[in-house]
Amino acid sequence: MNLAFRDIRHKLGRFILTCLGLSLLLGVVVTMAGIYRGQTADALALLSATDADVWIVESGSQGPFAEASRVPGDTRELVARIYGVEEAGSLTLQTVQMLHNGRRLRIQIVGYEPGRPGAPAHLTDGRQITSSRFELIADRQTGLKVGEKVALGRDSFTVVGLTSGVVTLSGDSVLYMALRDAQQLQFDLAPPAARKEAARGAQRSGTDFVNAVVAKVSPNVPPAVIATEIARWKHLSVLTGAQQETLLTRTVIERASRQIGLFMTVLTLVSAVIIALIVYTLTLDKTRDIATLKMIGAPDRTIIGLIVQQALLMGVSGFVIGTALVFVFRGVFPRRIEMLPTDIAGLFVVVVVVCLAASALGVRVAVKVDPSRALAG
Amino acid sequence: MVETKPADALVEIRGISKHFGEGEARVDALRDVTLTINAREVVGLLGPSGSGKSTLLNAIACILEPDGGWMRLDGEVVYDNRWLRGNLRRLRLDKIGFIFQSHNLLPFLNCTDNVALVLTLAGWKMDAATARARELLAYLQVEHRAAAMPGQLSGGEAQRVAIARALANRPRIILADEPTAALDSARAGIVMDLLHKLAIDQDAAIIAVTHDDKILGRLDRIYRMVDGRLAGE
Repeated sequence: MNLAFRDIRHKLGRFILTCLGLSLLLGVVVTMAGIYRGQTADALALLSATDADVWIVESGSQGPFAEASRVPGDTRELVARIYGVEEAGSLTLQTVQMLHNGRRLRIQIVGYEPGRPGAPAHLTDGRQITSSRFELIADRQTGLKVGEKVALGRDSFTVVGLTSGVVTLSGDSVLYMALRDAQQLQFDLAPPAARKEAARGAQRSGTDFVNAVVAKVSPNVPPAVIATEIARWKHLSVLTGAQQETLLTRTVIERASRQIGLFMTVLTLVSAVIIALIVYTLTLDKTRDIATLKMIGAPDRTIIGLIVQQALLMGVSGFVIGTALVFVFRGVFPRRIEMLPTDIAGLFVVVVVVCLAASALGVRVAVKVDPSRALAG
Repeated sequence: MVETKPADALVEIRGISKHFGEGEARVDALRDVTLTINAREVVGLLGPSGSGKSTLLNAIACILEPDGGWMRLDGEVVYDNRWLRGNLRRLRLDKIGFIFQSHNLLPFLNCTDNVALVLTLAGWKMDAATARARELLAYLQVEHRAAAMPGQLSGGEAQRVAIARALANRPRIILADEPTAALDSARAGIVMDLLHKLAIDQDAAIIAVTHDDKILGRLDRIYRMVDGRLAGE
């Protein structure tokens, strides 16, 4: 006869309400874990979409994600000639804000050379950019659709393809366009400023700069060898794909990750305290029943089982409901929430441990209940 | 101490004492209490509040260790200046049945399960325990309330279910704490008749702590307690 289950069934409404309250709290813990993973996934999304083995940037810079970088536009040709480099492509990156259907979008524009490395690896709809001008590939998160026209700068662009989940480390959507379009958008002066510069006789500065050059390396040549070769040129720095990944996850988002980790720890502790208080209160409510059980000869394990099983049922139910809520509503969160099975399993174990620890207070009270209290009128 | 066991003595107590606190705060709850209760007897323990009735009941229930003396329950010496049995819980489960003033039925179990619980604690299979519980509820004429929760019972019904639970393991010693306190005269009389019937049918000794004057005439013997002493029969 399972006393914990019978007691819960007897006060089902109260148990359900308690579980719902707890599920919101544990749901926030699960959300935090999801945001942490989502942040890491966001940080690596553009890197993965680019799928480059080597990143060549301005000397002394750790760009183009962590720091600013600007290299001459002909760097790609220099890199492409190195033994072991299969192909190379130039990239520009810039953040802009645009209005779309009355909605303000913050986006990152990646300029690349169509047909060379730097294009998005996977499209969910449409095609890659084939024209040298005025075509766009957008992420679904922007709400843009294939065939739609978008005004950027002084030009109008047509959306020809869609990606999914390609965002920056701050969660902004990425738009891809041809390198020349991106360079104009980034470096060309607005007409009044250009006229003013021309009037004062200043020489027009060139726009043939890029933020980075990416390269695909032959499978037979380690990227580190190429990196060493390029690093001999004093005006360039080189990062392998693995180094970029480390830079993004360990440095760029480290502080945010630690903050999320701290929130998770605090929330887990708060959950533990709340579960402990609930179990303690439930145990106090049952003092007379526990005394009666002891009086009629119930062993301690029966009484401890009653309390621990209730704490576990409460915690596990709260966790399951909370996780289900996060799964259902994660689409409405402004940031990506990435739910990995291993994280959910790990949090489940943490919840079980927290429930066991939290029930200790109730168990202590129950074990100390004097059976003679059953005789008190 | 070696003593011969009287033929039907189920509770034998010799020189039991118990005090709480020390120095000026010392209270002698039991002082050299000696009594014997035989099978098929319904015995009353009377006395004002603080006279030691509950302390004596707790000592017989093996949940309160006396300071000294000797006690034998159903032929087994359980206390001789110290507990002689390690597993007093099992002793309570096997030999002693409890009837509480407020019934103390577990509110989250129905009547059948309240009775069956004692049996499952003793190791019975659930099916057998349920069958025995239904048999007892029928014996106490509350089988029609078998599926009811304690909160749905009248005072008299709850007391009958509580008595059924006390009888579940066929104990030979039944301790009743104010068994009729919550009942009117008619129902109190019915319960006392029932306890008498049980004492004979189960060959058991029943010890009832009571303040209830209306049942005094239905007790076989009455022990009066004053300041921790048995003042007389």
